[in-house]
Amino acid sequence: MKALKISILVLFAAVLIYASADLPMRGDPDNLMHAEESITGTTVKGSYFIQNAYRDARTPNMVTVVLGDYRSIDTFGEQVVIYTAGLITLLVLRVTRNRRNDEE
Amino acid sequence: MRSKFDSPIVLLGSRLLAPYIMLFGWYVIIHGHYSPGGGFQGGALLAASVLLIRISGGRVISRLQIQEFATTPLAIVGVVLYFGTGLVAMIMGGNFLDYAYLPIPGMEADWLRYTGMLIIEVGIGLAVMAILIMIYDNMVKGEDHA
Repeated sequence: MKALKISILVLFAAVLIYASADLPMRGDPDNLMHAEESITGTTVKGSYFIQNAYRDARTPNMVTVVLGDYRSIDTFGEQVVIYTAGLITLLVLRVTRNRRNDEE
Repeated sequence: MRSKFDSPIVLLGSRLLAPYIMLFGWYVIIHGHYSPGGGFQGGALLAASVLLIRISGGRVISRLQIQEFATTPLAIVGVVLYFGTGLVAMIMGGNFLDYAYLPIPGMEADWLRYTGMLIIEVGIGLAVMAILIMIYDNMVKGEDHA
């Protein structure tokens, strides 16, 4: 059984390594995601962000501009998710504690 | 209530470390425009500095820092700070979260976006810190030595 597990892992690793050979080279400017125009003819938003992030928001950190300005509604959703997680922790644990006190 | 698990050495070390971690958390939040970091990472650091005192000092000592009932309003302040920034921009005539319409006099649109991002990063940091402390408080509630 242990040999089966190890062989499955090795097989999976071989598949992943074989698939990674087809990935584009890192930092190659001719990659599709760095192009001005995608293969279907629409403009790629990432190139706009890279070219205009500093001019739009005067912030050298491009990630912050994308996170806080261009995609700020998405970040607001993340914050609401964290807030909801905290509130659900409050609700679930408080209810459990009260029930335990009632039984005593 | 001091329990038999209390250790003055651990408490002293935590008291030495916690203010610097908190200062570094604010640095990560506010300097997020120029270096890696931002609201989520800085908020996690702020929560780490508070939780260090909570774990090492126990309930009585941690009550001196941020009390348990204060975490939920702090999280609400963080979320409302973010939402209010977007809402003010929408009321002043722009889209939701379009910081160029914020009513701060004497600023161009690009510097207004800079300031708006700073405000929402602080909001995210406050919310993340309060939520992490809230989760810890709710998990250890009812255990005296925690």
